Amino acid sequence: MTAAAPAQASARRSAWRNAIRSPVIVLGVLLAALVVVAIIASTIGAAGIPLRRLAAAFGLASGDPDLIARDRLVLWSIRLPRIALACMIGALLAAAGTMMQGLFRNPLADPGLVGVSSGAGLAAAVTIVLGDRLLAGTPLPFEVLPFAAFIGALAVTTMLYRIATRENRTSVAIFLLAGIAIGALAAAAIGLLVFLADDRQLRDITFWMLGALGGATWAKAAIITPFLVALLIAIPLIARGLDLLVLGEAEAFHMGVEVERLKRLSIVLVSATVGAAVAVSGVIGFVGIVVPHLLRMVIGPGHRLLLPASVVFGAILLLTADTFARILAAPAELPIGILTAAVGAPFFLAILLRQRSVVAL
Amino acid sequence: MTAVIEARSIGVRIGAKALLDGVSFTVPPGETVALVGPNGAGKSTLLRVLSGEIRPSAGAVTLKGRALASYRPRLLALNRAVLSQNISVAFPFTVADVVRMGAGDGRGAKIDAMVEAALAEVDLTGWGERVITTLSGGEQQRAHFARVLVQLACGEADNGPGLLLLDEPTASLDLRHQLDLIAATRRCTERGVTVVAILHDLNLATLFAERVVVLSHGRLVGDGAPRDTITDAMLEQVFRVGNRNRARAARGHAVHPAAWDDATVSRACRAYA
Repeated sequence: MTAAAPAQASARRSAWRNAIRSPVIVLGVLLAALVVVAIIASTIGAAGIPLRRLAAAFGLASGDPDLIARDRLVLWSIRLPRIALACMIGALLAAAGTMMQGLFRNPLADPGLVGVSSGAGLAAAVTIVLGDRLLAGTPLPFEVLPFAAFIGALAVTTMLYRIATRENRTSVAIFLLAGIAIGALAAAAIGLLVFLADDRQLRDITFWMLGALGGATWAKAAIITPFLVALLIAIPLIARGLDLLVLGEAEAFHMGVEVERLKRLSIVLVSATVGAAVAVSGVIGFVGIVVPHLLRMVIGPGHRLLLPASVVFGAILLLTADTFARILAAPAELPIGILTAAVGAPFFLAILLRQRSVVAL
Repeated sequence: MTAVIEARSIGVRIGAKALLDGVSFTVPPGETVALVGPNGAGKSTLLRVLSGEIRPSAGAVTLKGRALASYRPRLLALNRAVLSQNISVAFPFTVADVVRMGAGDGRGAKIDAMVEAALAEVDLTGWGERVITTLSGGEQQRAHFARVLVQLACGEADNGPGLLLLDEPTASLDLRHQLDLIAATRRCTERGVTVVAILHDLNLATLFAERVVVLSHGRLVGDGAPRDTITDAMLEQVFRVGNRNRARAARGHAVHPAAWDDATVSRACRAYA
């Protein structure tokens, strides 16, 4: 062995490190993966569209005009809105998880786990039941729900922050326990609403508890687009602050962060993203904890790259999960919330086991 | 030359309890001040007031001739840096990541060089890629000191030498690195940086500072050269260790720095170094 070998190995390691820290490479790879998953997802379903016909439907190849017309109909009215919605919901939930973990300086924070999603769900359920009573028969405009859910999520997130943070320290134990208590309270209130609801309302509410992407339409995708756009605009504004907040609120202030502003902005963003996601697809858990955790292991914990990467990886993960949800029990459809919980909960336990020594409760 | 930091009759109360009461002192540029006093004397509260972290309920602080309260956090960060105790890092950032945080948004070769220099200053050369949460308490503290040095250096470019506030900077360090920290701080003051540090070790305070400010029950009870402030009377009144001290002194020990002459101090320095 010459001395050059370790030097080479070290150079290789450093090249690898630079590559996995480079935004262009990381986001490029993730976006390419998203395109591949989206193509696969659009071929799969009750009416299968093989790759060749997919290309034809997009006008990239020639084919039987009748088949093309049918495939186009399936793609544009059923499959593509569903893919778009899955991607957007995944992006919102993953970003919400990443932001929440940064804000609470706690790798175990997840909107579904600590009652934020339940708060959003409760607000949506209240809107369905009360809105029905107040509007007396006229159908509630669906556009109201994301905002109601946003208010619910905002209330829970703010409450959690107030309870768990004292004098510059956020207690992991109090945070999780308060989250459980708030989640239980929201569940009880939802239970009460279920008790009061009529049959049609009952069906609408049940859908929140399971979490599902069925019935996706372009209209639903359009409603949550502004939330996603707002998130993408806000990422550069909060990324550096969240990095410095990792050392603590006082230290972040010492290094020039306007801590109160950062906290307010992050709480509003978490609530808006969770609210939008819950209003459209119900409570889908664990995306917010799995995505940032896996990404941190590869690209490191810096939020400038972690946040945008979470957006794309969240889209990939939920689109994959939704595709499985569509095919596992075909022709029936598994509610996606069941699938993400079935995969996510063991993953969460695995994190807990690995971090048992680190997480001081 | 105007004072870098000036505290005028600072009072901090929480409910009926006065944590600080009428504390005034002025620090000129390049001076090193040790803040000493028993537990609960209000040292940390005073440091938090000086850092801008808490607003005093009475009195005012000026930094470089301008009201501390009028600084935006970003500008404040360019004029003063703070090293706290027991900082916990929530996510697996590398040592270099953490040290680079001191440079704010700064990127590029110049910042990289600054980070390397700061790591060398705290004896962590080559540790840049280690994950900070895997380091021992003292090693983490040194990494945070390097971060603070980078922050000072960044602010210095446009705003001149700043103010460095240290809360028990040597608490988790071994002897070698305590002295390294003192040496690094001295190199800062030679450039014009002003230092205020909370210290518990009075021997270290005499080595470290040219001036000692003594707090007791939220009041300033001593302010001057170590030789004049760390006296038998002060030890007895403020720290309540007079009797035992004198007994040990009678047995021939040099028990506190006031008893040291110049030769003893330089002998101690040589022994440490």
